Amino acid sequence: MSQTTWNFIFIGITFALYIGIAIRSRAGSTKEYYVASGGVSPLANGMATAADWMSAATFISMAGIIAASGYDASRFLMGWTGGFVLLTTLMVPFLRKFGKFTVPDFLGDRFYSNTARLVAVVCAIFVCMIYIMGQMRGVGIVFSRLFEIEIWMGVLIGSTIVFFYAGLGGMKGITYTQVAQYCVMVIAYTLPAIFVSLLLTGNVVPQLGLIGDFKDGVPLLEKLNQLNVELGFAEYTSGKISTLDMFCITAALMCGTAGLPHVIVRFFTVTDVKSVRISACWTLAFISVIYLTAPAIGAFARTNFIASVSEKAYAGPEGVPSWFKNWEDQGLIAWQDKNNDGVLQYSGDGAAFEGKPKFTGERGEHGQRLVENAQVESTNEVYFDRDIMVMANPEIAGLPPWVIALVMAGCIAAALSTAAGLLLVLSTSISHDLMKKVLKPDISDRQEVFYARLASLGALIVAAYFGINPPSSFVAKTVAFAFGLAASSFFPTILMGIFFKKMNREGAVTGMISGISFTFGYIIYYQFIADPGTPHLWGISPEGIGFVGMILNFVVAFVVSRFTPPPPQEVQDMVEQIRIPKGAGEATHH
Amino acid sequence: MSTENERSYWASSLKILFGILCIWFIGAYGCGVIFRSWLDENAPKIGNAPFGFWMAQQGSIAIFVILLVSYAFLMNRLDRRFGYEKEST
Repeated sequence: MSQTTWNFIFIGITFALYIGIAIRSRAGSTKEYYVASGGVSPLANGMATAADWMSAATFISMAGIIAASGYDASRFLMGWTGGFVLLTTLMVPFLRKFGKFTVPDFLGDRFYSNTARLVAVVCAIFVCMIYIMGQMRGVGIVFSRLFEIEIWMGVLIGSTIVFFYAGLGGMKGITYTQVAQYCVMVIAYTLPAIFVSLLLTGNVVPQLGLIGDFKDGVPLLEKLNQLNVELGFAEYTSGKISTLDMFCITAALMCGTAGLPHVIVRFFTVTDVKSVRISACWTLAFISVIYLTAPAIGAFARTNFIASVSEKAYAGPEGVPSWFKNWEDQGLIAWQDKNNDGVLQYSGDGAAFEGKPKFTGERGEHGQRLVENAQVESTNEVYFDRDIMVMANPEIAGLPPWVIALVMAGCIAAALSTAAGLLLVLSTSISHDLMKKVLKPDISDRQEVFYARLASLGALIVAAYFGINPPSSFVAKTVAFAFGLAASSFFPTILMGIFFKKMNREGAVTGMISGISFTFGYIIYYQFIADPGTPHLWGISPEGIGFVGMILNFVVAFVVSRFTPPPPQEVQDMVEQIRIPKGAGEATHH
Repeated sequence: MSTENERSYWASSLKILFGILCIWFIGAYGCGVIFRSWLDENAPKIGNAPFGFWMAQQGSIAIFVILLVSYAFLMNRLDRRFGYEKEST
């Protein structure tokens, strides 16, 4: 059977599965819509949260980032898993005990202030919006490659499906769909890794392959270091980022993870505080299956890529393998023969040319696609999009077409599950926190669900628009915003709300605002205003500045709260109550 | 106002919390970031991987999972000890 047939079969089966589950578990009340009635089992919730957490970017790009930057990529690995330790020990059991639907709900009640609620709503909407745009784009790209349609059509198909089961099914619908999506993702991610590991190291467990020997007897990581250094890259196991910057970025990602509203809300769906803790274990365990495999895939892909490309002739039987030319046809690989020797020179002294390849539409003398990009003074001739590391992995290893179709289905599952979770938080923020709590307090339960569905349609249209017309490099740059924002606003404020009984409204609001404005200002200045290459303040890159913003938030909040009246007695009593797991009850309105 | 039982429950749970976060910090930041270069040079290798590098890419994640399992176990045991395991609603 051909590749296209396999693709249709796999995507068709998985979609039928998702939609079938969504129809079976359609939501009727607000409680079903927002938190699936608070009755999901810890295991199912753990799986669903893992699927929600791992986005298209994680699934497709992470191994590529690791392959390209070696040790430096550890900041993502540690940041996006270590955050769950903070989340589980410091936040969710207490928020679950508090028993409301959303994070702005908690902040609004704990700090007896609609300003706090409003700041939180705006942050939540902003964070989710940034995220969801990237997901829609991801869905669009995968669809367009699979079925050779335009990207805009792919985005439209993707958003229709997401609306169908997130907008209609609510939390109940997406939780059970995400369980199925996690299963698809984990098979699609680990199966090719196992095959490649067998091929390169003879070891069936990729994690052991990573620390084992390459097939010629040399330790894999040592070989990789040698290859990297020979070609002029930094040593694979050493990296280039300074220790301070590495520390700040990892901390910002961890605290950001613990403060992301779409992750926190997942733990409101289980029955009690005890189940929250167990559910968090499952979540991290399921996530770590993929996160522990990614470093292995990265190292294998890097070795394979260099071995099959560097110093190879483009044409001829001894030349580059056919996958190279396939991905060149897709526009994700390009070769510019600078010294006209017909051989690929791949080296670390700079990019092959400026920016992404712009093809002239003609072929060179060896059959390569010609590019018209401005030349860069370097010996490097090879351009490749690092995202191909996961998608091309099965092809590079010569695996059968159904494995490739499986990987594609996994990519789509990753993008859809994350988009659905985000869409739900987005619509909840608008219908519950904004409409019900601020603008129109007297709407009924049914109307609220209606507004939630309307809001998710609206949000999806905006997201689809930006998915079709991405604001150039904007989305990639704004990911720093999402984590910086969560780290400098939600995380410290929730933390103080739980652990410091005397923290009052004035302290929380000023702390939140100063943390956000500092982080925002810094990121905007270095990403959009300053010339690229301007040295960063204290050597901390915009990715890591959320950590500094968080410290600022703490300091300001404590100083201000010392000079302003303490919170009312009933709020202090409430804080004492959420510390005790007794009688968590159901997630409710009032 | 909180009872004696509630206060001592909170004190014990803070102790568990502190222990968990200490190991979390040493595992991730200590081994994976701050002392990484020193550990790469001086600590025994894990298979063929330098210790600090391995901690940053594999070991820390495994530690996180173990930490969460121990947290759930310790806290649920604490709940039982203080008579909080049954839902009262």
